[in-house]
Amino acid sequence: MGNSFLGYLRPDGQVGVRNYVAVIPSVACVNGVVAKIAQLVPEIVPLYHGHGCGRSLEASLHSKVLTNLGKNPNVGAVLVVGLGCEVIKSTSIAEPIEKTGKPVVWLNVQEEGGSRRAAEKGANICRRLLSETNRCERTSFSLEKLSIGLECGGSDAFSGITANPAVGIASDYIVDEGGTVILTEDTEMIGTSHILARRAINEEVAEKTINMISEAEQLTKDLLGPLASLVIAPGNMDGGMSTIQEKSLGCIMKAGSRPIVEVVDYGTPPSRRGVVLMDGPGYDAESLPGLAAAGCQIIVFTTGRGTPLGFPICPVIKVASNSLLFELMRDDMDVNAGQVLEGKDLSEVGNEIVKFICDVASGRPTRAEINSQGGIVCLYTLHPPF
Amino acid sequence: MNRKTSIIIIDPKDNVGVARERIEKGAEVTVREADSFSALDEIPAGHKIALKNIPAGSAVIKYGEIIGKAKEDILQGSWVHTHNMM
Repeated sequence: MGNSFLGYLRPDGQVGVRNYVAVIPSVACVNGVVAKIAQLVPEIVPLYHGHGCGRSLEASLHSKVLTNLGKNPNVGAVLVVGLGCEVIKSTSIAEPIEKTGKPVVWLNVQEEGGSRRAAEKGANICRRLLSETNRCERTSFSLEKLSIGLECGGSDAFSGITANPAVGIASDYIVDEGGTVILTEDTEMIGTSHILARRAINEEVAEKTINMISEAEQLTKDLLGPLASLVIAPGNMDGGMSTIQEKSLGCIMKAGSRPIVEVVDYGTPPSRRGVVLMDGPGYDAESLPGLAAAGCQIIVFTTGRGTPLGFPICPVIKVASNSLLFELMRDDMDVNAGQVLEGKDLSEVGNEIVKFICDVASGRPTRAEINSQGGIVCLYTLHPPF
Repeated sequence: MNRKTSIIIIDPKDNVGVARERIEKGAEVTVREADSFSALDEIPAGHKIALKNIPAGSAVIKYGEIIGKAKEDILQGSWVHTHNMM
């Protein structure tokens, strides 16, 4: 079939589907300075987040995620804004991003004579970075350069029979073309580890798959105790889900049917192409930064109840599981998989999703982008604050 | 393109189908061209209906995988949910 897309080639050989100048605060204390820069230069993309030194137990995780967001190929150039006395230094984010070859600049507010001067200097730096990234032009690439994040949120009884299997057909297509799809949200894989492990390319990947899911199951039991059964919620049961296996099977349909080539940690780019599992939380707002940090250029997000959530540096494609939602939240939905309930073939909707992915990769904005639903970066935390 | 039927069968190995919309008790459920049966119960939208008899203790299959076991003998056309499977 030979679908292709028009993207931006980065110095490290990766290909972006957007061409952003990202401004990354190293600590929440400078979010206001970043906001001022965004006011002065509205074309930049601010990656506001809530990390502070009280979260220093998460420093290595958050440092990795912020760094890898800067490395995402949708980002053409980066300004890192630090304070000066924080745990995660601006340089510790900027230097590893610089290794990708893209333009990276950092500054610290304490060294620039305060927030106003730092913002003015930052704005000037951003104008220069924009003039550099604006010289980059889109050229044609095959789908092997794409890495697609898979997400579901606000699922309903139909997510597992319309939207998720339709996305699964698109996943198979992308993988057959040499591309990558990343499935995450461990808690939504509980009960299916034997099925996913069967798809692993080797023993090691099978073992990692089983361990990742059993740890998620244990964590769920430890945290929720007798409430662990809520992983399959009363709402799920009302909708027709009888067991956790049934619910999880619906979720993993997004990843299609091809072999699983690798299991990676949260926010870590895979080293192989194909179907990848990423260890991560079953919560959309924390899951999206993990997928973006893992290098996904596009995220395909299925929903039954509807959510406006997008992500600052990645186009997020919303696939509605039913036509009622598609009509009700028309402004937030991109593809209507609910047509399957009205008699359309799953494969037709799957092909529609492939086409949509290629269009979005070449520049077509998604509803979440049109509606500026980037929001703030919700960083996943494993430890309590202090 | 398939003619519209009242149920979706996700995988050929499945012994349950999913109601596209609410199916009335007694309604004719068409599986394929020449294969149909009556719904023995009312089936809410999104819920499962048995495509064949499922004996007590045997597997309930959806997505081509085992999603649970029948707690009792389930007759073709029955609503399949937590009351008769686990």
